[in-house]
Amino acid sequence: MKVDWSTFWPRIVESTGETILMVIMTLILGSIIGITIGLLLFVTRKGNILENKLVFRLLNILINIIRPIPFIIFLVAISPLTRAIVGTTIGTWAAIFPMTIAASFGIARVVENNLVSIDPGVIEAAKAMGASPLQIIFTVLIPEALGPLILGLTFVTISLIDFSAMAGTVGGGGLGHVAMTYGYQRFDGSVMLVTVIILIILVQIAQWIGNTLSRKIMRR
Amino acid sequence: MIEFQKVAKTFKLGSREVNAVKDVSISIAQGEIFGIIGFSGAGKSTLLRLVNLLETPTNGNIQVQGVDVSSLSQKEIRKLRRRIGMIFQNFNLFSSRTVAGNVAYPLKLAGVPKKEIKERVAELLQFVGLSDKADDYPEQLSGGQKQRVGIARALATSPDILICDEATSALDPDTTGEILRLLKKVNKDLGITILLITHEMHVIQEICDRVAVMENGEVIENGSVFEVFTNPKHPTTQRFIQSVQQDRPSDSLLAEWRKKGGEQLYRVIFKGEIASDPVLSKVTKKFNVDVNIVYGSVRELQEKFYGNLLVSFEGSKENILSVLNELETLVTVEEVLI
Repeated sequence: MKVDWSTFWPRIVESTGETILMVIMTLILGSIIGITIGLLLFVTRKGNILENKLVFRLLNILINIIRPIPFIIFLVAISPLTRAIVGTTIGTWAAIFPMTIAASFGIARVVENNLVSIDPGVIEAAKAMGASPLQIIFTVLIPEALGPLILGLTFVTISLIDFSAMAGTVGGGGLGHVAMTYGYQRFDGSVMLVTVIILIILVQIAQWIGNTLSRKIMRR
Repeated sequence: MIEFQKVAKTFKLGSREVNAVKDVSISIAQGEIFGIIGFSGAGKSTLLRLVNLLETPTNGNIQVQGVDVSSLSQKEIRKLRRRIGMIFQNFNLFSSRTVAGNVAYPLKLAGVPKKEIKERVAELLQFVGLSDKADDYPEQLSGGQKQRVGIARALATSPDILICDEATSALDPDTTGEILRLLKKVNKDLGITILLITHEMHVIQEICDRVAVMENGEVIENGSVFEVFTNPKHPTTQRFIQSVQQDRPSDSLLAEWRKKGGEQLYRVIFKGEIASDPVLSKVTKKFNVDVNIVYGSVRELQEKFYGNLLVSFEGSKENILSVLNELETLVTVEEVLI
């Protein structure tokens, strides 16, 4: 049975909204956690402003444990935790929780990589001017890494759209859910086509915003 | 102003120990420009970083304005750093901030009110001649302009001391001259004591009052620039001085001189006042000897003359001997092997 497009459009619009909500919420929460972890990882490195072997190792191991797990398995594996914290494993918010955790560790590495590429001389200069470690983090590290960081976050956003579709298949709602139930399980090619086109448009928009913002910040 | 007493710094690289600075004792007086010269790896960069505690000494005592820096707390160290400006070989400007933003940065750290920051930044940019570049970003500037911004930024908190880490090594000769003149102006007009490190002897020659030569973590020679230039003792010092002062013609020219049956050459060195006195002419006239200046130069060092000439004499043997005897009482004369 094919869908009746005259009544199905609102369903598509609603699902698109859910996908956007999942991606944006995850991006916000994941950035807060991920940037914090990434900064901690960088400043506790050997020879850096807050060198701390224990913290560095712990974070490093944690990231290396979580990152290689394929998201669809991670999603299912932590569902007991999701149920304990969100109260359910079905729906948009139940998808945002595992997405945020996975995204945080991805963002942490992106942040760390961007910070490592800052010229150490600039950090030394700030130190020589009497900046405290906290001042160095907020007035040197973050502003100096912001341009490439936004490109990194754009990259993460696009994988989040991917994550959201996977979350959709296990009850997370959004376009992934629509594509799976109507397009795949009910063999409706038109639904599949529409969801694919919307996903492509979403990715294009995210990339455009990221490029524009980073260009503005890097002035190139 | 800055006092190093038996200062040493050892780095641990794995199981290996590197003695970057060994038993250094020097003192830098208020208002002077003090240069430390050495080849790369001599330990001068580490020594410089001990002054504002970017590196901590493993041994010995460093006093800055009478305060033993090793006794300071982290907070006091940050305060001390505001009284010591620092500039770098690679400028180390913040690429995310404008020229004005870079100069304002240390003032923001110090909690200066916004309005005052604005005035001070304008004043500093005027001082370094970059008022029209306030809103540019560092990547839009030339090397010399970047270093001017670095200097303005280092002077923002009105420090008493400016330390320069190879400040001109990344610049072309013209721009180097420009930056050196600016540093001289910082020293003369603002009365700021300057401690610089370099591997270029002409930097020392142009602006320093005193110099220390470093090798393998040790100070091997130090004194006024005039003294060290005119009477270098250590072979390394002599090498540095030869790099800016060719005091000997090339071997091929000397060979030609020999082939033409050239006479014995003598090096005559004039220092200070004597250089403006016609000594050579007077003495040779007295004994009826002709003098021929083959090679050499007369230069100004710390506002004093310094002449270094290769000469030959024509006349009878006894007369030349008398000339040499009399000259030796007035200036330095050496026979030169050809």
